[in-house]
Amino acid sequence: MQKRLANWGNYPAVASDEHAFTREDELRNYVVTNTHMIARGNGRCYGDASLGKHSISMLKYDKMLSFDTAAGVMDVQAGVTLDQILDIIVPQGWFLPVTPGTKYITVGGAVASDVHGKNHHVDGAFSGHIIDMDVLTASGETVCCSATRHEDLFWATCGGMGLTGVITRVKFGLKKISTAYIRQTQLKAKNLEEVIRLFDEYKHYTYSMAWIDCLQKGDSFGRSILIVGEHATPEELNAKQKAAPLTLPAKRKLTVPFNLPSFVLNTFTVKAFNWLYYGKNYKKVMHKVIPYEPFFYPLDAILHWNRGYGKAGFVQYQFVVSLEQKDGLIAILRKISEKGWGSFLAVLKVFGKQDSLISFPMEGYTLALDFPIRKGLFEFLDELDEIVLQYGGRLYLSKDARMKQEIFWNSYPNAGRFAEIVKQYNHDARFESLQSERLLLTK
Amino acid sequence: MPTLLILGAGSDMAVAIARKFASEKYDIQLAGRNTAALVPQQQDLQVRYNVNATTHLFDATDFGSHSGFYAGLPAVPDMTICVFGYLGSQEKAQENWEEAATIINSNYTGAVSILNVVAESYAARKQGTIIGISSVAGERGRQSNYMYGSAKAGFTAYLSGLRNRLFRSGVHVMSVQPGFVNTRMTSHLPLPPLLTAQPETVATAIFKAVKRKKNVLYVKWHWRYIMLIIKLIPEGIFKKLSL
Repeated sequence: MQKRLANWGNYPAVASDEHAFTREDELRNYVVTNTHMIARGNGRCYGDASLGKHSISMLKYDKMLSFDTAAGVMDVQAGVTLDQILDIIVPQGWFLPVTPGTKYITVGGAVASDVHGKNHHVDGAFSGHIIDMDVLTASGETVCCSATRHEDLFWATCGGMGLTGVITRVKFGLKKISTAYIRQTQLKAKNLEEVIRLFDEYKHYTYSMAWIDCLQKGDSFGRSILIVGEHATPEELNAKQKAAPLTLPAKRKLTVPFNLPSFVLNTFTVKAFNWLYYGKNYKKVMHKVIPYEPFFYPLDAILHWNRGYGKAGFVQYQFVVSLEQKDGLIAILRKISEKGWGSFLAVLKVFGKQDSLISFPMEGYTLALDFPIRKGLFEFLDELDEIVLQYGGRLYLSKDARMKQEIFWNSYPNAGRFAEIVKQYNHDARFESLQSERLLLTK
Repeated sequence: MPTLLILGAGSDMAVAIARKFASEKYDIQLAGRNTAALVPQQQDLQVRYNVNATTHLFDATDFGSHSGFYAGLPAVPDMTICVFGYLGSQEKAQENWEEAATIINSNYTGAVSILNVVAESYAARKQGTIIGISSVAGERGRQSNYMYGSAKAGFTAYLSGLRNRLFRSGVHVMSVQPGFVNTRMTSHLPLPPLLTAQPETVATAIFKAVKRKKNVLYVKWHWRYIMLIIKLIPEGIFKKLSL
């Protein structure tokens, strides 16, 4: 049936024919008899990578196949979402090895985007924790691949945006925890120089990221709050938390029931940030022990927060430049700040080393922020792209809905090799998304 | 732990029902035509809810196999839910007896055949619960789907008679009229969102209703009144409508 599909940014919205399945043979029949199809998980990416003429919904392919509670290994069908996994593993003393800023994504989506988290500088991206996985390719064959088996397929699938085929099963390792809490430290930084210095000073922390105020100029340019954390030990908990260290207190969820005018979200975040920054009791360095949910998923507490940007939707802009190209980060942030079109807050993070085929992360600084759709926005973002390219950086495909093809081909050093492997497993370009058409990856 | 037998365990609605009851610490017996396809679901119930789940070969239209199937279960289930059904194609069934027979056998004859066996067992034990998933389509025959509707009408009447008979034996029978449900069976139909339930909603409603020993469950309350109005239309007018 034709449906209107859009991902988290509500841009672009397309008419697509959605097909769901629960058995592998149903999927195989569909794949060998259709073209112009692309797998889609929970629709939480920001761009058009999972949008196409025919959409293969993975959400009903959601069975957990095994959980080795001794070794910490999970084997699941790819449509299982991270929140469902957390509900099972946390009470048994395990955690996701890598998690992005929302838990409402599928495991297949985590692989296709090769997601990173606040621990990238320590634990790398999701791909580094995969033991093996199954990919159903265009010929209808299911290929089991890993870093040592059908390596070409494996590395083109991690971060490959679904173009090698449908990821159907993923087996991955978990991280041992002794509590469901995080020992968090918040540090105020008066400008960009200081936050970069603090990132380095606190790099031994497993988790780190910073909120940057994009509107400050002069001496306070890049004013920010660095947040670092470690999984708390039982000794660090208070008496109430100690009683059930692996269980979180139940809490209610808020929701944004309809689209709000686009200034609402910015007004809210400005207030929240200023409250944290200038709050009376807010010291330069603050320590506290908090449940893992608000630490990793602050926005998940507000369902449909994307509606806060209004009906026209938004795009998220995320780039990375190497550590040596700090000037690039400064130049881009300055341009964004002067224009004033972006969200008030941006997320800054320092990536560790990663050397994979087509995944986004590489050692360096990554900055992400939202831009509500408006006239002239794409021209402005094209200008930013040029600067990113000039400093040897690149953009995150999971957040991309508008990049020009030459930017992609010039910024991803392995684009050619990736396209070759895609051709091999995805003959006749059966798997194709709006993004792959735009970037000429499936032509 | 109590045990639930799910007849027709592979459907989207059955997956949701199995998860709901497993989350309430029921052991689950999954019965269906394709047992290999039920294995991931069995594993899923064990991993998520740490309950005992088993798979069993069951073909609703192979009537002769039903008593053997039931006798071969590893434990007598405390509760049996009949979920299988087949929407079929009304137009095809009008011309093609095979399609018509499949609709009738999947929705009515097969259900009667297996539930007769279960009912005798429960009546003798003087305990047990039987749940049948019927359909609002069975409340009045309409030109657009009277093959499916008449088979479900038969099933609804069967469940109501069975409830009446087994009441004195202490066996509870619940009929469920889900209305539209968002599943693979209906994925090609444009369904009105307000009247369409998610499989998880149906599962939770069934669990709550059976705990309260409800007799007839309409998952979305609107349906009781929609069907009441449809049933009240005089036949002379009804036959001229294109419903």
